[in-house]
Amino acid sequence: MTDAAVATSAGRLRDTALGQQELAARLDRLWGTPRGILGWLTTVDHKVIGRRYIATAFFFLCIGGLSAIAMRLQLAKPESRLIDADLYNQLFTMHGSNMMFLFAVPVMEAFAVYFVPLMVGTRNIAFPRLNAFSYWVYLSGGIFLWTSFFLGEGPDVGWFAYAPLTEQQYSPTHRPDVWAQMITFTEVSALAVSVEIIVTVFKQRAPGMTLDRIPVFVWSMLVTSFLVFFAMPAIMLASTSLILDRLVGTQFFVSGTGGDVLLWQHLFWFFGHPEVYIIFLPGTGMVSMIVAAFARRPIVGYLPVVLSLIATGFLSFGLWVHHMFATGLPQMGASFFTASSMLIAVPSGIQIFCWLATLWDGKPVIRTPLLFVLGFVVIFVIGGMTGVMVASVPLDTQVHDTYFVVAHFHYVLIGGAVFPLIGAVYYWFPKICGRMMDERLGRWNFWLAFVGFNLAFFPMHILGLQGMPRRVYTYQPEMGWGGLNLTATVGALILFASFVLLLWNAVRSTRHGVAAPDNPWDAGTLEWATSSPPPPYNFARIPVVTHREPLWAERDELPVAHGLSVERREVLVSTITEARPEIRQASPEPSIWPLLTAIVVGIFFLGSIFTPWAVVWGTPPIAVALVGWFWPKGSREDET
Amino acid sequence: MATGRAFLISAVSLSLAACSGRQSSLDPQGPYAQQIANLFWAFLAVCALIWLAVCVVLSIAVIRRRAARPQPLELAPARERMMGQLVLSLGGGTGVIVIAFALISYVAQRNLWAEPNSGMTLRVVGHQWWWEVLYDDPQPARNFITANEIHIPVNTLVRVRLETRDVIHSFWVPSLAGKMDQISGHINEQLLLAARPGIYRGQCAEFCGQEHAKMAFSVVASSPEEFDAWRDGQIRAAAPPEGPERRRGRHVFESHSCLVCHTIRGTIAGGKFGPDLTHLASRRSIAAGTAPLTAGHLGGWIADPQHLKPGTQMPPGDLGGADLSALVAYLMGLQ
Amino acid sequence: MRERLAQDVSGLPTWAFESKSTPWWGTLGFMAIEGMGFALAVGMWLYLAAVNPQWPLGPPPATLWPGITLTALLVLSLVPNWWCNRMALRQDLRSVQIGLVVMSIIGLVAVALRGFEIAYLNFRWDVDAYGSIVWLIIGLHTTHIVTDVGDTIVLAVLMFTRHARPRRFSDVTDNVFYWVFVVVTWPPLYLLIYWAPRWMG
Repeated sequence: MTDAAVATSAGRLRDTALGQQELAARLDRLWGTPRGILGWLTTVDHKVIGRRYIATAFFFLCIGGLSAIAMRLQLAKPESRLIDADLYNQLFTMHGSNMMFLFAVPVMEAFAVYFVPLMVGTRNIAFPRLNAFSYWVYLSGGIFLWTSFFLGEGPDVGWFAYAPLTEQQYSPTHRPDVWAQMITFTEVSALAVSVEIIVTVFKQRAPGMTLDRIPVFVWSMLVTSFLVFFAMPAIMLASTSLILDRLVGTQFFVSGTGGDVLLWQHLFWFFGHPEVYIIFLPGTGMVSMIVAAFARRPIVGYLPVVLSLIATGFLSFGLWVHHMFATGLPQMGASFFTASSMLIAVPSGIQIFCWLATLWDGKPVIRTPLLFVLGFVVIFVIGGMTGVMVASVPLDTQVHDTYFVVAHFHYVLIGGAVFPLIGAVYYWFPKICGRMMDERLGRWNFWLAFVGFNLAFFPMHILGLQGMPRRVYTYQPEMGWGGLNLTATVGALILFASFVLLLWNAVRSTRHGVAAPDNPWDAGTLEWATSSPPPPYNFARIPVVTHREPLWAERDELPVAHGLSVERREVLVSTITEARPEIRQASPEPSIWPLLTAIVVGIFFLGSIFTPWAVVWGTPPIAVALVGWFWPKGSREDET
Repeated sequence: MATGRAFLISAVSLSLAACSGRQSSLDPQGPYAQQIANLFWAFLAVCALIWLAVCVVLSIAVIRRRAARPQPLELAPARERMMGQLVLSLGGGTGVIVIAFALISYVAQRNLWAEPNSGMTLRVVGHQWWWEVLYDDPQPARNFITANEIHIPVNTLVRVRLETRDVIHSFWVPSLAGKMDQISGHINEQLLLAARPGIYRGQCAEFCGQEHAKMAFSVVASSPEEFDAWRDGQIRAAAPPEGPERRRGRHVFESHSCLVCHTIRGTIAGGKFGPDLTHLASRRSIAAGTAPLTAGHLGGWIADPQHLKPGTQMPPGDLGGADLSALVAYLMGLQ
Repeated sequence: MRERLAQDVSGLPTWAFESKSTPWWGTLGFMAIEGMGFALAVGMWLYLAAVNPQWPLGPPPATLWPGITLTALLVLSLVPNWWCNRMALRQDLRSVQIGLVVMSIIGLVAVALRGFEIAYLNFRWDVDAYGSIVWLIIGLHTTHIVTDVGDTIVLAVLMFTRHARPRRFSDVTDNVFYWVFVVVTWPPLYLLIYWAPRWMG
């Protein structure tokens, strides 16, 4: 066909002209990921990329967990000689950086990449090629960090890398560069995904999905994406400045020539505190979805829950100084941050009360996803309470940088984000893989995780109060910390076993699990309207949404929109507030350019920790790759 | 609560037996640490009650008997409204509690950071990985420098000015007060007040590089008379060594690289890079609380510092056996 | 699940201008991120100014003329930029081609002037923290100019090829939009680099 013919006929054949089966077959050809290695490298299907993201993030969870186990074994008894100081310092830095940047943030984004398009009823995420690119960049960042570690150049400056320890004078090796550049990789990918999610939620919602019908998980990812928008530039700026200090001799964090070491801490925590909510808010979104599905009723207080998410997002930018109470800042300013930090307990509290009310009023069906949510409430409330304690300036001067804080943030992050996440794995696994996970193993998984977690981390509160600082590779027997440390190590091993069980359950279920129907939990949101696993095009016809829980409101048949092309990839683009469809926009086809761009960008980043000239010779290939990416290929997607 | 407290206290008392001194925020030995500990118990009591309430409600919500809804969307509007209001009022209650917390925290903060004028001042400078302690006096002849062991008189307010020579460290004596960072380009202060004589252990609380774990110190609080006697002893230059072994030791010290980094007042050694050793033998430990001061540990430390504290900036001694034992004998005589 | 045809979307257009299309929102998103980057860089400048008793530190202020010239050029470039937008909205290919060529030339001149600006800063990035932050800010903005000029040139070439379909006019308006962002972010940075040190010092 000539271009002109393509252009005139583009979108001429419509879905209404076809029977259900032929429609499915045609859409399958149109949207399917091509077979073979090239298809694998070029795909832009958000589900394929989402699956990759999830698998990769869980891989990093495993090696991050192993690094934690190594540290726990070292600390199990005083003056252990299992691991030396140098390796231990790398291990805790790797553990923190890996868990924050390579696991927690990406795994939440991964779930969003997979489920947001399904939940809002569209066929692909906005900017699918950017999505592919973001995954490759993320993967490169992770490989880069861990390769450096295995080459003996693992960063050893802590995950918040305080200057001036990171400056050339005190860290002459490339270790801090590895840390800083890993940040760049993961931030680029996180920012890209955030743009995709925001635009998908704003513009690609199914007809009728007004703002007050958006599923809570989607709201949580929307707020999270905005947090990424405004928090991550701070760490980009900080890590870039650090690399410049180290590479070309700028003086940002050098005292004596006008720089200031506390500037680093301000920039880092301006990012670092919202970062906690970037991890935690998606967790709460998952909880809201699971609670509604298993309490067998919509969530109590949809509006308060959504407003709490938004309020938490705003407040999270006003708390960063509570990480700096021991730096000797003016006291009046510090007490402002005490108040704002404690105030964030209010929106979190409201969410918890809403879940309690939903469970109270519904009739909960106790399955593994709900078990993890119940465990989440019990654990997270403790983390929230200790959070209020560390927000108090006087208390913080005692517990700051001790194991009390280590306990606190693991209660918040594992309790507040990982427990919901594991619940979400059990909940959505049937949708992703088309099979149910094993319920009996699931219960074992939960109880091992719950017991192991508390055994591992509760004693750390006491250790911190007893004066044990964090980030110490050893301690003397006279300190009397041995017993609690041994307990924590045993707990950590049990917790690790629970993750092994989860992995086993998941792997086994992909082959031997009971086949899952479209909507195995009889839940109310759109991701359950399509088959398990969903076809490449998600929905043969785009659903028309009439209610916040469309599948509960339309028990017999789903209203759908018709008239999309079956000859080129089309998505419906709609208005922001009312989701009234306005255009049938073309959606990109598979492309190798995102991968090629990620490769040249990776070379650029890698080169620039060795020489500033990498900026000069690294830029032209990126420009070429970007032109290749955006230049029209004469395909039906490009030409209208 | 009560059992929890008893558990915590019994756990703490284990560390009290330690010879290296107390290091626990739950074992306050002065008004500053006491005030923070009181605040902690108050927070803990309220938080524990709320947590218990949440767990009880959660359990009842899960197990209470009730009929299932035929359809998830069959909701009674009046009941929904009531639940919405309940949630919001609980949210309001949360707000009231955290405001109360913020207020009592602020009151404690004002007391802790009040600016009293009396008392003595000393300076503590953090180094990778040891503490330099400077006692300044209006009469320069009474100035002296020591390391890793801070002596203070009891019931006297001590103002510790905190500096660093390299990266960020954090000065922390949990039994006496909270912590404060030592940051280049900034000068911070921490007030200490010991109510009872004793040895209180402290440790660096900000990660500062490879041997962060082995950067401890102790605060020795004693009666004012004992303190004055100690200070007078420290002001004096080192006494000349007695006996051939110790004289040889001094010669070894002065003829090797030791003097590049260390000062012993009364000798030609005036290095500023490492700890002042003028009265080394009056101290209880070596290498920033890493090992007790005994001839054996000291010899081992000088011969191979990397063994005791890998990464330390002290180079290996490179001495023959006789030289080493002479040096140790000399240093052990520096009372 | 059975389906019920409820809404016909076959009559909808396949592309649209500005906020009706997703690329416009993507552009806006990146502007928000980059705008935050600029804001934080300005924040760093202000922070360093606040903690240093004397500010600017050592270096003499930058020479004025390159900055003034570039600022004037950027502000004036908004006129052809706006015209280009209008022509794109009218889907007037000939005029859009002219507009894009003009904007490419303006962009290249702007890059050259930025080179002079940097050459006439009168201090290096490593003299002190003042030098570092000024170089960082100007570097950050230069990245934006260069990126957008590159984008404009590629788009200009594209509009002379067979790919110049109606849908591309929407890309032209997004490109115009981004150039407005590049221009609008500059004046505050200009004041910070050239005038704040003169007023404070």
